Amino acid sequence: MFDAAIIGCGITGAALAFELSRYKLKILILEKENDVSQGASKANSGIIHAGYDPMPGTKMAALNVEGARLAEELCQNLDVEYKKCGSLVLAFSAEEEKTLELLYNQGVENGVPELEIIRGEAIRKLEPNVSGKATAALYAPGAAVVIPWDYVLALAETAVQNGAELRLNAEVSAVEKTGGFYKIKCGNKKDEIEEIESRFVLNAAGVNSAEIHNMIAPPNFKITPNRGEYYLLDKAQAKIASRVIFQCPNEKGKGVLVSTTAHGNIIIGPDSSDVSDGENTATSLRGLAYVAETARKSVPSLDFRANIRNFSGVRANPDSGDFIIQEAEGAPGFIDLAGIKSPGLSAAPAIAKLAVSMLEQSGLALIKKENFIYTRRKIRFANLSEKDKQTLVRENPNYGRIICRCETVTEGEILDALRSPIIPRSIDAVKRRCGAGLGRCQGGFCSPRVTELISKELCINPLELEQDRSGSYIFTSETKGGGKDA
Amino acid sequence: MLDFYDLVIIGGGPAGLAAALSARENGLGKILIAERDNCLGGILNQCIHNGFGLHYFKEELTGPEYAGRFIKKLAGSGIDCALDTMVLEIARDKSVKILNKKGYRSIGAGSVIIATGCRERTRGAIAVPGERPAGIFTAGTAQRYVNIEGLMPGRKALILGSGDIGLIMARRMTLEGAEVAACVELMPYSGGLTRNIVQCLEDYNIPLYLSHTLIDIQGKKRVERVIAARVDENRKPVPGSEKVFDCDTVLLSVGLIPENELSRGAGIEIDPRTNGAFVYENMETSSEGIFACGNAVHVHDLADFVTEEGFRAGKAAAGYILKGGKSSGGFINVNTAGGVSYTVPQRITTEALESKTDLFFRVNRVFGRSEILVRDGENIIRTCRRERMSPGEMERISLPPCSVGGLTVEAKEV
Repeated sequence: MFDAAIIGCGITGAALAFELSRYKLKILILEKENDVSQGASKANSGIIHAGYDPMPGTKMAALNVEGARLAEELCQNLDVEYKKCGSLVLAFSAEEEKTLELLYNQGVENGVPELEIIRGEAIRKLEPNVSGKATAALYAPGAAVVIPWDYVLALAETAVQNGAELRLNAEVSAVEKTGGFYKIKCGNKKDEIEEIESRFVLNAAGVNSAEIHNMIAPPNFKITPNRGEYYLLDKAQAKIASRVIFQCPNEKGKGVLVSTTAHGNIIIGPDSSDVSDGENTATSLRGLAYVAETARKSVPSLDFRANIRNFSGVRANPDSGDFIIQEAEGAPGFIDLAGIKSPGLSAAPAIAKLAVSMLEQSGLALIKKENFIYTRRKIRFANLSEKDKQTLVRENPNYGRIICRCETVTEGEILDALRSPIIPRSIDAVKRRCGAGLGRCQGGFCSPRVTELISKELCINPLELEQDRSGSYIFTSETKGGGKDA
Repeated sequence: MLDFYDLVIIGGGPAGLAAALSARENGLGKILIAERDNCLGGILNQCIHNGFGLHYFKEELTGPEYAGRFIKKLAGSGIDCALDTMVLEIARDKSVKILNKKGYRSIGAGSVIIATGCRERTRGAIAVPGERPAGIFTAGTAQRYVNIEGLMPGRKALILGSGDIGLIMARRMTLEGAEVAACVELMPYSGGLTRNIVQCLEDYNIPLYLSHTLIDIQGKKRVERVIAARVDENRKPVPGSEKVFDCDTVLLSVGLIPENELSRGAGIEIDPRTNGAFVYENMETSSEGIFACGNAVHVHDLADFVTEEGFRAGKAAAGYILKGGKSSGGFINVNTAGGVSYTVPQRITTEALESKTDLFFRVNRVFGRSEILVRDGENIIRTCRRERMSPGEMERISLPPCSVGGLTVEAKEV
């Protein structure tokens, strides 16, 4: 019997697991994919919003501001790539300047510190590549960027280090209330369905959260999957923008942004289009063309020839317009954390704290662990000083072999990833943990080498190796000669 | 105490090997080749098809055989090789920072030759929309899997782009029992050599769709199908021209980019037309004592020409050191006009003007019967005739001695 079962290991599920793992509890995380952070949490703008966007009084407003405040310390302690770069919302007309005023006032009311409206050349002084047509901007120095999947991994890995149990490939197919606890059926293959029991359940299933809710309670919210497409530019373009550059929000959301990333690339996007399938993460000719054209309004000199990857993510748009954080009707101890779209990444640590207090009110006893681990350290060779690089290679020669030349990732870092608390079993899972393959050649050089390291370290036959999601096999057979040693 | 070499060569592929041998033949002492892979030969090791060496050895060799001839010569030459070694930086004083399992250290260098080759353009560079399943490879990566790792990247492939590696892989996949549905090329002409179109596509009945591109890739886990469409003169897809191909693999052969992150870091001037360094006729870059050759300078069609360029760079580096580390002063620019995309060299030193210089260039479209005109100021100093020219085939002319301020190379149909 578990004390708490968390359904879904995106940013919300991972933050919950981390927060709960402070206490003496038996925690289970169920994730339907073969790695954590596989939904919207890996495919978004990666921004810790300052908190002027949500309407005062909403859950979004309070949790965004509080979550952003908590994120800085969390990221520092858990070694998440985080950059407090600040953000600008550009106005191109008198009408949009009024929107800036509104955002400014909202921000002040929400408790966002240091907001300022700047005008004319002051904008170009901060961001020289911003269009001369931008007349004013709302400047929020506190906004930050993170690597979103690294944030999820940090929280989930630390929860696991603190005793939480993570089950991958464990899609939930039924939830049932029996006596004082819940029975959850999970597993991806028909013959491997498992039934687990838990006193409390947290529904953090992203685009599928309404479906999960409806397994135990009468439907009371709807989630509409809404897709956003992106470009990611080569680090050589880093000078294009050193902050997050928004346009004024409209009915479609926060609009198309041009931003630095925590890795130093430039990210451009997203658009917004409703899709019927929550797993529809395709990009489209039309979507990409719209993103490119709209982004040029902010930064006319963008060079899309420097694009290294397009991707899209699917938002879990709630019909209520606000985060849905509730105990499900008729299901005490079953808590929905649904509709966590933007600013969900920013709000996550605060959402987790709120959920834990709801569990406590619902009767979960919280006793703090004395030996709670609140630290995580990763070796990132490229970021070390000359001297530290020398020492490191002397101590462990594996750090002396570069596997990913674009991002300067060493064999040692790949082995670290393969030995980390949540073992990566696909090429992209390794990429998310150490950055190999994230660069301008997109794994063309390192994939064969990473394949070899994964096969050797985890004893996986290359023919069974996956690119990313379960079933995304890379090779179809050996050649006629038959494998490497033939 | 810093290790010191007269010459450090970055990259042990065909360019670096030739550069090392020629520097040695021209009397240079301490030479180091830093190679990131665990053996010399570079990309030639995975090019197991034949067709190498026709110009240089006057016989047809495979890639590994071609590389082997140079590697053999290297043995006993006293040239040092550091394998599994990455150069992370070229400093202003030409010292290079190298990393391998033995350590991370600086090595002093009297001169440096950048022979880092090129990398493949990816799906991102051309923003092919659609899903992102497994089964999308650059042709060169697929070539490595098949020829080095013994692993098949798919059963039914579509080739996007008609660069030479894509064409070679169309044949290779077919020979390994896979099916190749088609080769789809954006431009109205092929990006590869005519001989590869004939020997790798036509001989195997693989259709080539010119003026076509991919507008969608479908498949959640593994590629399941792709949609191609014809493009108009502005390279925009024409509605209604879609063709569906069921396949599990997409191989991309959509261009190569010279690897110049090290050069940029060292402050070397890069020619935006080639993505390689601006070079003089002796392959010296804008930084004195730093030379470049091979695909790091501009993408070649044939390894034989890479070798030749490596020889020039090695000889020049030796000359630079043996003459006491001084480069020549003045130079003239080689300008382009008409349909000429770029030339290599882009600059000719004044002292070389009196001798014959070979000039390489590509045209930016297909030319029928045409003339290449070289002007020295206003005067036409050379006219070469061609029956046909295309961007996929590098052109070469030799320049007569010339004098004044600036050469122009122009191509025009006649």
